[in-house]
Amino acid sequence: MAKKGYDAGVKEYRDTYWMPEYEPVDTDILACFKITPQPGVPREEVAAAVAAESSTGTWTTVWTDLLTDLDHYKGRAYRIEDVPGSDDAIYAFIAYPIDLFEEGSIVNVLTSLVGNVFGFKALRALRLEDIRFPIAYVMTCGGPPNGIEVERDKMNKYGRPLLGCTIKPKLGLSAKNYGRACYEGLRGGLDFTKDDENVNSQPFMRWRDRFGFVQDAIERAERETGERKGHYLNVTAPTPEEMYKRAEYAKELGTPIIMHDFFTAGFTANTGLANWCRDNGLLLHIHRAMHAVVDRNPNHGIHFRVLAKCLRLSGGDHMHSGTVVGKLEGDRDSTLGWIDCMRDSFIKEDRSRGIFFDQDFGSMPGMFPVASGGIHVWHMPALVNIFGDNSVLQFGGGTLGHPWGNAAGAAANRVAVEACVEARNAGRELEKESKDILTSAAKHSPELKVAMETWKEIKFEFDTVDKLDIQHK
Amino acid sequence: MSKVQDYPSRLSDNASRKFETFSYLPAMTDKQIREQVQYIVDQGYNPGVEHTEVENAMENYWYMWKLPMFGETDVDTILAECKACHDANPENHVRLIGYDNYAQSQGASMVIYRGKGFK
Repeated sequence: MAKKGYDAGVKEYRDTYWMPEYEPVDTDILACFKITPQPGVPREEVAAAVAAESSTGTWTTVWTDLLTDLDHYKGRAYRIEDVPGSDDAIYAFIAYPIDLFEEGSIVNVLTSLVGNVFGFKALRALRLEDIRFPIAYVMTCGGPPNGIEVERDKMNKYGRPLLGCTIKPKLGLSAKNYGRACYEGLRGGLDFTKDDENVNSQPFMRWRDRFGFVQDAIERAERETGERKGHYLNVTAPTPEEMYKRAEYAKELGTPIIMHDFFTAGFTANTGLANWCRDNGLLLHIHRAMHAVVDRNPNHGIHFRVLAKCLRLSGGDHMHSGTVVGKLEGDRDSTLGWIDCMRDSFIKEDRSRGIFFDQDFGSMPGMFPVASGGIHVWHMPALVNIFGDNSVLQFGGGTLGHPWGNAAGAAANRVAVEACVEARNAGRELEKESKDILTSAAKHSPELKVAMETWKEIKFEFDTVDKLDIQHK
Repeated sequence: MSKVQDYPSRLSDNASRKFETFSYLPAMTDKQIREQVQYIVDQGYNPGVEHTEVENAMENYWYMWKLPMFGETDVDTILAECKACHDANPENHVRLIGYDNYAQSQGASMVIYRGKGFK
């Protein structure tokens, strides 16, 4: 008998769930929430409420609490910090015992940590800023089906970023015309072309027709260039059964890589497909449609670095990361922080990059971050500098919009990326000397010269909405 | 349309075949090759030399020239091995690899002597 008697009624959360003396153990899942309380709610109470509502607690005491050892299972709010630059928000650090979660289930972790608690009335806003997955939990997850090194070996690409291109227009092409667009990009020097995320199996282009024509494009471009090529065939589908049917056909064609939209399809589908890819030897490219709905508001939702860690555990070989320099949102230091979470084995706490915890991924493979969205040849030096070799740089409009067509646009980007890598290896400063590096390369490449003239003035200089809290105090 | 240039790559033309990193740039000068070798040394990679007939360049395995030069950091020694491989196999592509034994992958791989028919 741990406790004497059952007292019905409502207790303050902090009596049970606020434990400032608690030292997290190595097996705990740790979370950092940014909490904006309702006026008048004490910070310890609100932190404890989040710990309770995301673990064992409910709003009132129930007699069945006494049938178990709640002190073993409860989440513990163990630290509170001020949020730099904010008068009312706090960071609350919560430790969850590993026994609360099913092994290998990102679904289960998220259902607890970002479930009902986000609608809790005592909060004005709530954001999950970071999670530390203990290595004990990491080891229960499958992770990337192949990983960076295996993909490099399979695709025979070393010592440089990989190059991709999303086929446009997003919607409306017939399968054969679509395959044509892929072939042109691949023969011009791209490593990959990509289905846009909303290309699934619409009436204008059914998936089976697309897969067949695109595979034809890949094979001819390989014979022509002597290099390995791929196209991310999107197998995202209305049901898991349909998804696997498409994946099986892709495998039958001998294609090297398929694609999935993890957030709209869900972690259950994604983890299943990642396991299938591991079993069948296909690479898996992950798109992130819907992410900005939950990760862009700095006060409410889930930070992208959390989604990136979750996806690495669920499984994917590529994941979109933002570009820093293109048309889509992404603070530079923050981006560097989450691409570390995608690629590295051990990521140290670093508040200047938004990393709240040490994270050990052990021997789990890393994913290629994919930089895509509004980038063109003039961005290449900065992209190579920011992302390094272990990345996929993806130019959609920046390939297809070339005045001479896709092959020329692809060649321009390939020459530019190789010139940047060559210059970097020779010890030159890419961002400082970008104009000189590209201009010299263009002397040997009429395709690059024309690309540089075409996109000279295009920039996307808008302020970032979701900045690191440290930066704008 | 007259201003639009055709992209000249052809299935029928062997010179249209590429050979991965740096094959879209002009052949490197001696100074540029030396800089790349220095980079491989600076990264702590183990240099290795391989070669193959140009028509077999797409395959996974090329002929290994002797053994990788584990721990070799002298740029001149590495360059001399590349040259020796080229002199013995003048018609073949000769590539220099930087083995990254921590990542268990190749940190760098580049053709530094282009084979017959390639500029």
